[in-house]
Amino acid sequence: MSMTATRRSGNDWLRDALPKIVLSPSLAIVLVFVYGFILFTFYLSFTDSRILPSYGLVGWQNYSRLFSVRAWGIAIDNLLIFGSLYIVICCVLGLALAILLDQKIRAEGFIRTIYLYPMALSFIVTGTAWKWFLDPGIGLQAVVRSWGWESFTFEWIKDSHMAIYTIVIAAVWQTSGFVMAMFLAGLRGIDNEVLKAAQIDGASNWSLYRRIVIPQLRPAFMSAFVVLAHMAIKSYDLVIALTGGGPGTATELPATFMYSYTFTRNQMGIGAASATIMLMSIAAIMVPYIWSELREKK
Amino acid sequence: MATNASANVIRTGGGARFVIYTLLALFCIYYLLPLYVMVVNSLKPLSEIQAGGMMSLPHEWTLAPWRSAWSTAQIGVAATGLKPYFLNSILMVVPAVAISTVLGALNGYVLTKWRFTGDTVVFGLLLFGCFIPFQMVLIPMARMLGLMGLAGTVPGLIFVHLVYGIGFSTLYFRNYYQQFPTELVRAAMIDGAGFFTIFRRIMLPSSGPIAVVCIIWQFTNIWNDFLFGASFSDYDSQPMTVALNNLVQSSTGVKEYNVHFAGAIMAALPTLIVYIVAGRYFVRGLMAGSVKG
Amino acid sequence: MGFLDIKKATKSYGSVRVLHETDISVEEGEFLVLVGPSGCGKSTLLNMIAGLEEVTSGDIAIKGRSMNGVRPADRNIAMVFQSYALYPNMNVAQNMAFGLEMHGIPKPERDKAVAQVADLLQIQPLLDRKPGQLSGGQRQRVAMGRALVRDPDVFLFDEPLSNLDAKLRVDMRTEIKKLHQKLGTTIVYVTHDQIEALTLSTRIAVMFGGHVQQLGTPKEIYDNPANIFVAGFMGSPSMNLFPARVAVENGNAIARIDLADGAAASLPFPPGNAMAAHDGRDIVLGIRPEAITDEDGADRNSKAIHRIETRVEVTEPAGSDTFVVANLGGKEVTGRFRADVDVRPGNTFPFAVNMEKAVAFDPKTEQRIG
Repeated sequence: MSMTATRRSGNDWLRDALPKIVLSPSLAIVLVFVYGFILFTFYLSFTDSRILPSYGLVGWQNYSRLFSVRAWGIAIDNLLIFGSLYIVICCVLGLALAILLDQKIRAEGFIRTIYLYPMALSFIVTGTAWKWFLDPGIGLQAVVRSWGWESFTFEWIKDSHMAIYTIVIAAVWQTSGFVMAMFLAGLRGIDNEVLKAAQIDGASNWSLYRRIVIPQLRPAFMSAFVVLAHMAIKSYDLVIALTGGGPGTATELPATFMYSYTFTRNQMGIGAASATIMLMSIAAIMVPYIWSELREKK
Repeated sequence: MATNASANVIRTGGGARFVIYTLLALFCIYYLLPLYVMVVNSLKPLSEIQAGGMMSLPHEWTLAPWRSAWSTAQIGVAATGLKPYFLNSILMVVPAVAISTVLGALNGYVLTKWRFTGDTVVFGLLLFGCFIPFQMVLIPMARMLGLMGLAGTVPGLIFVHLVYGIGFSTLYFRNYYQQFPTELVRAAMIDGAGFFTIFRRIMLPSSGPIAVVCIIWQFTNIWNDFLFGASFSDYDSQPMTVALNNLVQSSTGVKEYNVHFAGAIMAALPTLIVYIVAGRYFVRGLMAGSVKG
Repeated sequence: MGFLDIKKATKSYGSVRVLHETDISVEEGEFLVLVGPSGCGKSTLLNMIAGLEEVTSGDIAIKGRSMNGVRPADRNIAMVFQSYALYPNMNVAQNMAFGLEMHGIPKPERDKAVAQVADLLQIQPLLDRKPGQLSGGQRQRVAMGRALVRDPDVFLFDEPLSNLDAKLRVDMRTEIKKLHQKLGTTIVYVTHDQIEALTLSTRIAVMFGGHVQQLGTPKEIYDNPANIFVAGFMGSPSMNLFPARVAVENGNAIARIDLADGAAASLPFPPGNAMAAHDGRDIVLGIRPEAITDEDGADRNSKAIHRIETRVEVTEPAGSDTFVVANLGGKEVTGRFRADVDVRPGNTFPFAVNMEKAVAFDPKTEQRIG
């Protein structure tokens, strides 16, 4: 490359730089609007910003206040409950459905379409549908009672101890079909000859799945975990539509906390601190994943 | 997509198959139930829902809830129905999808066929941008939009979606073009084609499938977005999801569940139609966004 | 100065040198084959000639004009790729005309050139088809057609036959050779298949580890390999290489070899052989399978046929010949017997060794001695 620099005309220079010129607007946008903004918010988390950004540094004060606020504690507890149930149920259900669907089922494509369509919906739509379906006054409880079971009670959505589980229900409904598709793709990637060999070795269907198939789905489990964990941490729309964070603050999640503290309670410094915590937790999951993906692909 | 490959060699007996089909059917009901609830209740008078008839078919069929949701329902301060917000969403989605797809295609082309030192780093930066919690950018973006004079406008939303859509569209095209034989590009270089000619004459004609995947993904994501819509729009520039939420959450007057359901279906319809028409591509996009498919 | 000159060309990626200083001068009309195992640098060198990779240092010149910094399109070269690299969205005629179109040749001329080449390669019926509708052999033909249309100074072939099945590969090999003889074009051809290299080329560069190991005519490469790598790589089955020690008796050199049963055998080199200067030296003796035969099958013109009796380990009938494996100097050695010789594993059998064809290498440097 050094040898050739001498006889370059301007035209040649443009020709050689063209790919980078084409890429540069996107790179600039991302550097400013992703990384620049991340730094800005990170900086704000150390300032005394209230309703507007302000640049007086207050050290770790926002973080210590954040972790002393009750609503943030609730949000973190809720995230742990919601996140772990969401991930576990989606994986179990997704894997079970994928295995069932992998048995040369007639109309497989049709069934797959039904299982997956919720993924195409907005969480606001999902939230609206489930909000009224779970509403004791008109939804499931009222319907079962109208069928004659007068004492039937299902009021989770109004119960501050149980409301978080309604979010799990709706979120699982929306995403489990997608997890099913991921596992199904994994199952279809397994070499049939290995299964034949195991069958010849006398393995039953049960041990075939337990010993041969499911262990080979490790990458699918990894991907499912990363996707679900990342969606759980970012969950916002569904909570807003389904419970609005309530009753009270019973279904507060970090994302709703950040929004209300920043934009309605005018505690921008604390909001920025909570956003930073969210970013850190997502980065802890995504960075190793992206890193390994990029390395493999090289 | 891998799920189209032939099924496995595992055999199951007759009894087991009956159980399997029963389970699969039950789950079909589970997934379809909310859709059923939305549809039937959007077609019945409010009184039937209030009387505990949510699960039954309408006794009296009516399109009134649909009409109300579309053109007369109270959204926020005005009784405009969802119509103007539906239009806002269309106005927002089309340019944002178009521009981010074009940029993604060019980026993917550069990152795979005109590789340079550090290209993987650039791609990693773009990719990580897809996954950040957007709470992290809300505050500065609100200020930036203000500075650009785009606060509370549809162009402002277009810009935001464009910015945060580039990562995914680049991801799709990069992964697709990576499979595209580099020898074709080299052959075209020897034939004398330049950067844009190769893109237009060699790459683009083969990019149909991934363009569909990318467009569907961006369309679904941007249409379904709530956070940016809620953060950066005014009453007259709200997208459909925000308006729907306002409709459902409004605390004034009687809760018109049937209208809410009709509105929810309206908000869901564009993405549902896309899913039904091009589900294969939708799934491919989902998978490519998470695994190596 | 040749038609295509590679002068001290090197290629490095970062600190990794994939091509060490290379000098090759190709005359007009020559058919140069770069052959070697994968990763030897042959494709890199070809891409450097094409301009798809820049040279790290040194120079490549075509017709005396340095190509450093010159775009591939402006080098007046054409390339046939391993995957054929036919543009999937264009039909055959458009594929062939694309390069001319890019160089601003008007349509009537393009059509004329395409028609001519299509005629030459007998692919007129395919002109309207898309690459996806062609068989492997047809694609190969079209790829060559696309190169020919450009009427370039140098044709570059990057393993063009490796995607074809065995029979078609032999047919296309003949076809390429005919085409070269008919058109007298200058060709640089990369392959990992030593038979292709031997059959097609006027000259071969055997490459390994980023070095040109030997540059020469097919006969030179085959008969006088420069080192153990070339000896082992070129020819199939490959040259037998086994340890021996030189002894000199009456001024004539003899190779002494240990046999399987603890006995030793002596194989005298032809009189006047240069090995006489290396008395007592350990060598690696190289003898091609066709120089180890049954006694009646030995080359009657050779004056240095010697007999070794040793045990036969395995026989591999291959139709026209039978390959017979024995043990010499602790190494398996393959001989090429006539098919109808009755030789059985486990028996002791006389082998005729043609020492005129024997070559010797230094066991340490692996270079040819003498």
